Amino acid sequence: MMDSAYRDILHRCFRCGWCKFPLNYTDFNCPAYLKYRFESFSSGGRMWLIRAWQEGEITPSERLSQILFSCVTCRNCVEACAMPGIKDSLVDLFIEARADMVERGTIPPLVRDYFKAISVGGNPYRLPAQDRAKWSCGLGLERYQGQEYLFYVGDEGAFDELGQHMARSVALLLRRSGVSFGILGSDELTDGNDVHALGEKGLAEYLARQNIELMQELGVKKVITLSPHAFHAMRNRYPLHGSTAAVYHYTQILQPLVARLAPVLQGERVVTYHDPCYLGRWNGEYRAPRAILKSVKGLKSVEMDRSMQNALCCGGGGGNFFTDMLGTGPDLAARARVREALATGADTIAVACPQCYRMLADAVRDEGAQEKVRVCELTEIVAEAVPA
Amino acid sequence: MDRSAVIERLKAIVGGAYVSDAAEELYIYSRDQGVQDPHLPDWVAMPASTGEVASILELASREKIPVVPMGGGLVLSGLSVPLRGGIVLDMKRMNRILEVNEHSHYAVVEAGTSQGMLDAYLRKHHPGLKHSLPDAPPAATIAGNIAIHGSGHLSQSEGGFHSEMVTGLEVVLSTGEVVKLGSCSTVPAWFSRAPLPDLVGLFLGWNGTTGVITKVGIKLFPRPKFHDVLVYMTEDIDLAPMVLNRVIATSMAEDINYALAPKPDYLNGFQMTVINYTANSEDELIFKRKKLRSVLQDLYETRQSGFMPIPPHMKAGFLEAPQKALSKFADVRKGGGFEYVGAIMPIERIPDACRAGMEITERHAITYSLGARIIGRGSCAMFFFAYPFNRVDKGEVERVKEALEETNETALRLGGIPWKTEVQGQRLILERMDPATKGLMRRIRGVLDPQGIMNPGNWEVT
Repeated sequence: MMDSAYRDILHRCFRCGWCKFPLNYTDFNCPAYLKYRFESFSSGGRMWLIRAWQEGEITPSERLSQILFSCVTCRNCVEACAMPGIKDSLVDLFIEARADMVERGTIPPLVRDYFKAISVGGNPYRLPAQDRAKWSCGLGLERYQGQEYLFYVGDEGAFDELGQHMARSVALLLRRSGVSFGILGSDELTDGNDVHALGEKGLAEYLARQNIELMQELGVKKVITLSPHAFHAMRNRYPLHGSTAAVYHYTQILQPLVARLAPVLQGERVVTYHDPCYLGRWNGEYRAPRAILKSVKGLKSVEMDRSMQNALCCGGGGGNFFTDMLGTGPDLAARARVREALATGADTIAVACPQCYRMLADAVRDEGAQEKVRVCELTEIVAEAVPA
Repeated sequence: MDRSAVIERLKAIVGGAYVSDAAEELYIYSRDQGVQDPHLPDWVAMPASTGEVASILELASREKIPVVPMGGGLVLSGLSVPLRGGIVLDMKRMNRILEVNEHSHYAVVEAGTSQGMLDAYLRKHHPGLKHSLPDAPPAATIAGNIAIHGSGHLSQSEGGFHSEMVTGLEVVLSTGEVVKLGSCSTVPAWFSRAPLPDLVGLFLGWNGTTGVITKVGIKLFPRPKFHDVLVYMTEDIDLAPMVLNRVIATSMAEDINYALAPKPDYLNGFQMTVINYTANSEDELIFKRKKLRSVLQDLYETRQSGFMPIPPHMKAGFLEAPQKALSKFADVRKGGGFEYVGAIMPIERIPDACRAGMEITERHAITYSLGARIIGRGSCAMFFFAYPFNRVDKGEVERVKEALEETNETALRLGGIPWKTEVQGQRLILERMDPATKGLMRRIRGVLDPQGIMNPGNWEVT
């Protein structure tokens, strides 16, 4: 049964549909609705169906699970909702409904497999824990032993090929910028953000406590995260379990330092920045990534129609990066986002999240746009512009 | 053809991902936000092209399956609820903006195009042009709104109801035939319904009972760079027609709305006349402001009324289009619901309508927002009697339902006609309608929908 604080507001959704759009109405901005198009997959539809389910008007089903677990927790609906009395609770309410489904054991197989992989193997990639350190091989990075910052790369930084590339690039630029940091290597644990978003609150809390214990044992006071997802969990959820560490996304640390490296690009490059939801809408950080781009001479920055609080999610949030509840097709958010980026005339889509990196890179391929645009992580762009 | 064969055929037409008979979709599409009873569809289908709509209607006609077209699904009076089951056609996959003619000031859009998307598209690609936005949320569709004779922020100054701004239609008939209406039927442009025999009206105001609109040509208007608002307050309900007519007579107001509500407390008893005006320069804006104020000067000098100072946060709300405030109204009772009777009526009946609305709500122990939008430079008003309710309070829902029925009767008694009204309201209208008119309606339905499959239950002339 859902918490009454959420049950008691379910009926207050008017299902007016503002939640489908960004604040400037450019196009549908809810990835699940964009993909499936049935009213049932909009945030308003989801609200009404959760209420119907909680009131016993409909019974749990595979379809209801699909509807609930295809939400990517991007918070576009929170931004756009017209109802002050419920808007801030929308995504938390969807997570609460998922938690109820987890408790009742009616979750989609893809979600079940994700939880199983983390519970059994410690990561969603089903790879050995010792492989977590592979991303740093040959870089000569120090283990964390009291440096100013712990650099936490997370599952995607450790195991995803593009994530590893990104972790290396960020680490090298941090070092080059004079930041004192160490890493955990194979001792890293899953941050649990997406576990929580998928409704397995007990496992998420366990992971949070494990991470907090490890950091406290090592005396970590400040953490830099590679992923906005880890940033969100450690910054906003870990304090609920006793963490006192200050948490930063790497763009926030690098933003004041990059200009000192005087980055200059050879030739003009047109870049459009894609806001990650867990950095932007969840945590309000829109400025730091743009400031990094602004510090690169020779770089022309252009905005997509949907940017900052209006940004279209890549579709990877809320655990969908691993569970793939949105499937394939031209109406996938990532593909729509690539088309939107192409419309700006940009030759580069800049990202600051390993999940967005993978989602958009795959979408560029699926759109057949490899010759027109490439996806680059911010520090890779800076590195190209800094003399060796 | 059995149910499984129908769904397989629908999947073959629109693709498997865009047809559903799952309990979740049937639940959502069986009801709208208002207080009408739910009715389950058998299937929900989402066509992506006119051809797909035509194929679905061919199937439906052959198998005698009811078809109910749906746009934004925001009508509140159950017009897209399938009263007799069948197929709900959710049109929102057809949302391409096909043409904007900068010189002849029209746009051609697919039927599922939302108000918000057309507005955003025009702002970006044709910043000098705009269309008339209804007060509905941005998810409302262009086709849905013109089909119900909607009105909006240019209805006062630029030509009346949105149905009057239609320059042409593409429609699929119940047989699956595709017809074009207006200039697009004869030449490759959508500029006008004249000078041809006007068939467009056969599909406007008919609640989807004569065909499925698939494309719309809609008039566009200049978008002046400057925009401001005046709010005139009075406690005397009987002043309303005079105030409104003086403002209309200036020819300087783009949109004129009149409203009263018991909340907030300090405004209880006041009526607001909200005057939106636009200009192409600061000087022009100032001139219009002076002129608009001057026509009411004698009234506020005698302290019967006055212009309200508007704090910036409030002004932003008045200038916003579409307005979030109207969706927020649904939560006045912390219950996510409101219903309204919009009655098209003569302006001189506004004071009586206000009094009647307050009496009805008092009798049914519910709260209200009452008001009107001026249409067509004063040819009439769309008067709304809006009643918020708490969705979990069954007693209040019932009282609102009863109040709606009484309001429909009252609107007719006052010389108005309920707009986009639910089936019960349609019956009240038909009871008072000229028999010859009803006979013509019946004959037209017989020609356009011989199988009786198009949104059955609506506009049924017995």
